[in-house]
Amino acid sequence: MTLMQKFLGATAAFALSAGAALADPAIIFDLGGKFDKSFNQAAFEGAKRWAKETGGTYKDVEMQSEAQREQALRRFAEAGYNPIVMTGFAFASSLEKVAPDYPDTKFVIIDMVVDQPNVRSVVFSEHEGSYLVGLMGEMASKTKTVGFIGGMDIPLIRKFACGYVQGAKSANPDAKVIQNMTGTTPAAWNDPVKGSELTKAQIAQGVDVVFAAAGGTGVGVLQTAADEGILAIGVDSNQNYLHPGHMLTSMVKRVDVAVYNAFKAGPDVETGFHVLGLANGGIDYAMDEYNKDLVTPEMLAAVEDAKAKIISGEIKVHDYMSDNSCPVE
Amino acid sequence: MENSHSFVLLLVTLNQTINVSVVLIFAGLAGLFSERSGIFDIGLEGKMLISAFFAASVSYQTGNVWVGMLGGIAASMVFALIHGLTSITFRGNQLISGVAINFLASGLTVVLGNAWYRQGGQTPQLSGAARFHEITLPFADTLRGIPLLGPLYSDVISGHTPLVYVAFLMVPLSWWVLYRTRFGLRLRAVGENPASVDTAGISVIRLRFTAVLIAGVLCGMAGAYLSTSQGAAFGKEMTAGRGYIALAALIFAKWRPWYLLMATLLFGLLEAISNLFPNIDVFGIFTIPVQFTQALPYILTVVILAGFVGKAVPPRAGGEPYVKER
Repeated sequence: MTLMQKFLGATAAFALSAGAALADPAIIFDLGGKFDKSFNQAAFEGAKRWAKETGGTYKDVEMQSEAQREQALRRFAEAGYNPIVMTGFAFASSLEKVAPDYPDTKFVIIDMVVDQPNVRSVVFSEHEGSYLVGLMGEMASKTKTVGFIGGMDIPLIRKFACGYVQGAKSANPDAKVIQNMTGTTPAAWNDPVKGSELTKAQIAQGVDVVFAAAGGTGVGVLQTAADEGILAIGVDSNQNYLHPGHMLTSMVKRVDVAVYNAFKAGPDVETGFHVLGLANGGIDYAMDEYNKDLVTPEMLAAVEDAKAKIISGEIKVHDYMSDNSCPVE
Repeated sequence: MENSHSFVLLLVTLNQTINVSVVLIFAGLAGLFSERSGIFDIGLEGKMLISAFFAASVSYQTGNVWVGMLGGIAASMVFALIHGLTSITFRGNQLISGVAINFLASGLTVVLGNAWYRQGGQTPQLSGAARFHEITLPFADTLRGIPLLGPLYSDVISGHTPLVYVAFLMVPLSWWVLYRTRFGLRLRAVGENPASVDTAGISVIRLRFTAVLIAGVLCGMAGAYLSTSQGAAFGKEMTAGRGYIALAALIFAKWRPWYLLMATLLFGLLEAISNLFPNIDVFGIFTIPVQFTQALPYILTVVILAGFVGKAVPPRAGGEPYVKER
C-alpha cells in the first residue's frame, strides 16, 4: 500500500516537474557514475555549482548499461529539457541518431565531436596538460624514471601518454618513461587490482612517479603508489586529496567548466566545435594544500614557464590523435 | 651490475606471479571441488564478485578485515546455495544457473554499493586494520645475505599478505581431502558415476551440496583477497574475467589439484611477464606484442582441449542432474 502510494506520488511529482521543467537543463553521466572521483564527478561538480549560483534546478541520470543511452536522451528531449549535456565519447553514436529528431533541443557532448547543427561538441587538449604533469613528474623523480598507466588502449589515452612523454623529455632528454595500458576492452577502466599490479611492476623498474589515466583502474594505481611510498599524478578531477603527501599533482580537465558554461547559456548555448585547453583554463595542473610541500619552487617556475609557452605557441605539443602516432617514446 | 639488475627483475617477476596466481588458485580449487562432484560451475566469477563486495563493505563497517573476509565468504556461500538449489534440487541447467549467478552478482554489487555508499558502486577506501597487510616471515632480514637462496626467501616467499599463504596451503589440503579421505573418494565417485554412490547408500544430493558449498568458501576467499588484500576497496566488475581464467586453468590442469597449482602459476607468470615487459624484443628480429602474452592462457587451454597435448577428460557425470531410478 505505502509502496504504491510512494510510486504514485513519485509519478505525479515527475509529471509535474516535467511540465514545469521547460528549458531546465539536464545531464547524463556515463557508466563510471557521478561519484567516480574523476571524469563524471567533475561534470557533477559543474552542475552543482550552476544550481547553487543560480538557484536553478536540473535533472540528471547515470547510465547503468550501454543500451540506455539512446533511451535516456529521447526521454529528456521529450520532456523538454534544454540543453541536454552528456559526458563521454561513448554517447556519440546515440546522439548522432537522436539529435536530428529534436531540432529545437540543444545537445552538448563532452570528449567527442558530433557534427549536427544543434550539437555543441566540447573536446579538451589533454596533451597539453599531460605535457605539464610529465614535466613536473620528471623533475620530481629521483630515479629519472617515470611511469604512465593508461586504461583502455584507445587513441584518447595514447594522447595523454604522448603528451606526458614529451613533457618528461623536455625536463630531461634522457628521461625514461615506462608505459603500460591496462587492457583492450572496457573492463580496463574498472580493474583496480590490475592497476595495482602494473604499478608494482613499474616500481620494480625504477619508476618513482606514476601518472594514471585509467578511470576506476587509477584508484588502484594511486593506492599502490601511496602504499609503496612513491608519487602519483591524478587525472580529470583534482585527486590530490585522495592520498595527501603522495600525490604530486593532478592533470585537471575542467569538465565542470564545460558543464557549467553549457548550463549557464541555457537553451541559447552556442553549437559547434569547442576546444578547451590551457589558454582558456579548460586544462590545468592542480595545486592545493595537499601537494604544496611536494612541488618545489623550481618545479613551479618550470611548469609555469612551459604553460605560458604552450599558450603563446612557442612550444607545440604533438597531439597523438592528429596523426595517430607519437614522435617520442 | 647488469647481472644483478636482471636478478632483481627475476625476483620481482616471481613475486608478482605469486600475487597474481592466488585468485586463480582459490577459484580454480573451488571449480575443482564443484566439478569433481559433477556440478559445472561457471559462476566462479559471480561468487568472487559478490564476496569481494561484501568483504570490502563488512571490513569497512567493522574495521576488521578478518570479519570482512567472513562476510565475503558468507555472501559467496549464499550464492553457492542458489547454484546448488537450482542445479541439484531442481535439476536445472548448471550452465544457465552459473550465468544467472554472474549477472546477479554484477548487478547486485553495483545497486547495493550505490545505495549504501553513493560512490558509483565503489566502496570507500580501506585502511589500517580494515585490510590485509604484508607479513614478513621470520628470519627474512637475517637470511637476505645468503647468495641466491637468501633473496629468494626474503623477497619472493616472504612479504605477502596472509591469504597468499592460505592459498598455497589449500593445494595440498585439497589434494589430501580428495585423494586420501573417504569423503574425497565419494566426492570423486559422485562426479563419475552417481548411481553407484547411491547404490552404496550414500546421499548424492548431500555430497554435491557439500562440494558446492566448499566451492563457495573458496570463492569467498578469492573475492576477499581481491578487495581487501590485493586492492583496498571494491570497484564494480573488479573480478574482470579472473573466474573464467580460473576455469581455463582447471581444464588445463585436467581437474587435478597439483596440476592446477602448476597451471595457475604458469598463467600468473604470463600475466606478470606482460605487466613487466609489455613488448618483448626477441634478439631485435621481431617483437612479441603484449596482447599475445595476455592471450596465451586461452590459446594453451584450446590446445589442451583439442587434444594436442595429452587429453582433458572432464568428470563423466558433469553437468547432468542426478535422477534416482524409480
